[in-house]
Amino acid sequence: MLVNPTSTVHPASVASAIGKSSVALRCTALVKRYVDVLAVNELDLEVYTGECFGLLGPNGAGKTTTIEILEGLTARDGGTVEVLGQAWGTTGDQALRERIGVQLQETQLADKLTVKETVRLFRSFYRRGREVDEVIRMVELDEKRGARVGKLSGGQKQRLAVACALVGNPDLLFLDEPTTGLDPQARLKLWDIVERFQASGGTVILTTHYMEEASRLCDRVGIMDHGRIIALGTPGALIESLGADQILEFSTRLKLAEGTLELLPGVRGVRVRAEGYSLTVSDIGTALPALLAELDKQQAELITLTTHQATLEDVFVSLTGRMLRDA
Amino acid sequence: MPEIREKLSAEELADGSARDERRQGSERQVSMQGSKRQASVQHNVEQTSVRASQSLRDRTREGALNNARARHPLVELTLVRLREFTREPEAVFWVFVFPVLLTCALGIAFRNTAPEKHRVAVESSDRSGSQSSINTMAQSLKGSADIDVVVLSPAEAAGALRSGRVDLVVRSTDEGSQRAQSSPAPSFEYRYDPTRPESRMARLVADDALQRAEGRTDVTRARDERVTEPGARYIDFLIPGLVGLNLMGSGMWGIGFAIVSARTRKLLKRFAATPMRRSHYLFSFVLSRLVFLTLEVAAVIGFAWIVFGVAVQGSLVELAVALLLGGLMFAGIGLLVAARPRTVEGVSGMMNLVMLPMWLLSGTFFSSERFPEVLQPFIKALPLTALNDVLRGVMSNGTSLAANWPELIIMIVWGMVSFALALRLFRWQ
Ligand SMILES: Nc1ncnc2c1ncn2[C@@H]1O[C@H](COP(=O)(O)OP(=O)(O)OP(=O)(O)O)[C@@H](O)[C@H]1O
Ligand SMILES: [Mg+2]
Repeated sequence: MLVNPTSTVHPASVASAIGKSSVALRCTALVKRYVDVLAVNELDLEVYTGECFGLLGPNGAGKTTTIEILEGLTARDGGTVEVLGQAWGTTGDQALRERIGVQLQETQLADKLTVKETVRLFRSFYRRGREVDEVIRMVELDEKRGARVGKLSGGQKQRLAVACALVGNPDLLFLDEPTTGLDPQARLKLWDIVERFQASGGTVILTTHYMEEASRLCDRVGIMDHGRIIALGTPGALIESLGADQILEFSTRLKLAEGTLELLPGVRGVRVRAEGYSLTVSDIGTALPALLAELDKQQAELITLTTHQATLEDVFVSLTGRMLRDA
Repeated sequence: MPEIREKLSAEELADGSARDERRQGSERQVSMQGSKRQASVQHNVEQTSVRASQSLRDRTREGALNNARARHPLVELTLVRLREFTREPEAVFWVFVFPVLLTCALGIAFRNTAPEKHRVAVESSDRSGSQSSINTMAQSLKGSADIDVVVLSPAEAAGALRSGRVDLVVRSTDEGSQRAQSSPAPSFEYRYDPTRPESRMARLVADDALQRAEGRTDVTRARDERVTEPGARYIDFLIPGLVGLNLMGSGMWGIGFAIVSARTRKLLKRFAATPMRRSHYLFSFVLSRLVFLTLEVAAVIGFAWIVFGVAVQGSLVELAVALLLGGLMFAGIGLLVAARPRTVEGVSGMMNLVMLPMWLLSGTFFSSERFPEVLQPFIKALPLTALNDVLRGVMSNGTSLAANWPELIIMIVWGMVSFALALRLFRWQ
């Protein structure tokens, strides 16, 4: 499905408020072409100092490609990149790397080394940085400091990867899907780490599939699809742009007559799915009684009914017509 | 149970701090919920708080800088290489135990025993008349100390010759009836494969024995002087070659696998994202090789010295220099081979391709000078040939290193050019 770029949300108030602060990272008209796919398509992005920026998108949206170009690891085919006021590919690359911390989506650290040895190795690459023990404590791996990396759980490995990203005491932290595959407990721990880093003044750019993660951690999110950002703003503003507070999902034993739901008061949008119906509702107080009355009238017999606060997932669905997870 | 109590208190502590953080987390969440609704107002406030905490961060940064005593990255990288290696039992076996076992096996196979006898079969015949001449023939051959004789039927003899159990078959061509009338002397026929050197030898020795038995006399006198002193035996020739071969094998495999597996695991890409100097990474492999080389060479040379009495004729310092150069050279070549491949299969193929010519041509098991003249310049330029020649010079011949300067230059050039190329071509992702 083609996405109309004009649907990009740019809440003017937010942009101007943040615009005053300095820019940690900026790219314009970024392009990356692979043989069979345009992975990044004319992407513009600004991340401000001290904020946590989230790139949100389905598999293959181009998040990793974008972030690795920003990290100076992947060559771009077009556009400009400026990280902490500096472009990649100059003699200053080394100095720039001193100031960024990176966690890649799929690095496997050496299995045979212990946690402490791994962090100490990464520490040795930086001229200034944090103490090894301090970083291990920050990611709560104290008890595992002598354990082999190969013996760690997935969540512990992920925290170790973040520790390696933090040990150079970076100004800018890149995290590519830091919590994918983790259980809720482990995810909470990682969120804590990121929040503490940001609270100490660091800038974070992270990618994720998880709405809750983006809503909780990120000051602003960019929703990515097919190599471009299709919506940008604070999580709150993006959700507000739906013009709806609630999502109301229900299923019935009988099919409803077409066109009847749209006419109900308080309903802003209707989506028919295999499992049932999904209504975007601005005023649940009037919409719900009206819906129940309509169902009664059509004798459709309600099977399930749930409502939830609108989320970023609903923003993505409304922009692309697809679910984020199974896009 | 002081241990348990200690654990408990630690857990309590952890629990307490976790609860603390959770409380902070939920407070933060509340404030963030607010920020989503009134983003513009909230942001200005946050900006100032960010600035305040940033100066705090600078202060902690200074603190960290003061206490931090990070080792030099090259040292740390080399230590990591050593640790990774020694924690891999298979690698330890192949690098340290296997060469010693190989030396042992080859040393035993080629140990100096009494010179081997030539194995000669005398073909029996079912004709009654020829039986006596066959017996005389066998007797004459047994008279020579260098010959083992067996009497076999024609079919058995042919089989034994084919399978290499005998080197030569002697057949009497005397026809009992003919002998009385015409030729007084017996006549023989030798069956052998002229491409087998031991068969040609056996023919000469057997013929000599038979002719003497029939009355031939030597026209001149000759005296044998046998050379079997240490330094001139085959095992003395073999050991330096094996040491060279080991340096090549462990350099290539040790480096190739480690690098390519780090590449497939995206660990190289992760390193590339740090300020680590790329040359440090590559050089750490060279340094770690030098450490292992010392141990692995000491194992083989020590073993050969104790068990086979293979002594180093030249200076030990010069031997160390030669080994060092050899180790550096093969580390460089190993890095070059591992510079591009993305898979372990790919790098294995490349390494075999690179090592095969040297296995065959570089004179590990027999002198490379036995290959045709046209090949010699190529063979001489091979890294392993140069190393083997230098090692033989120092270990077996006791000549000084300086005498082998062309080989030394070949080694240095190989090492430096490979390392420089590897650094240029290295694929970090
Ligand atoms: N090295 C490569 N060669 C060819 N195509 C590639 C390469 N890397 C990525 N791509 C393609 O580029 C597109 C974007 O990939 P990318 O990894 O950036 O997605 P992503 O948003 O990070 O996805 P995920 O959520 O699965 O990590 C995909 O279609 C992918 O197939
Ligand atoms: Mg990705």
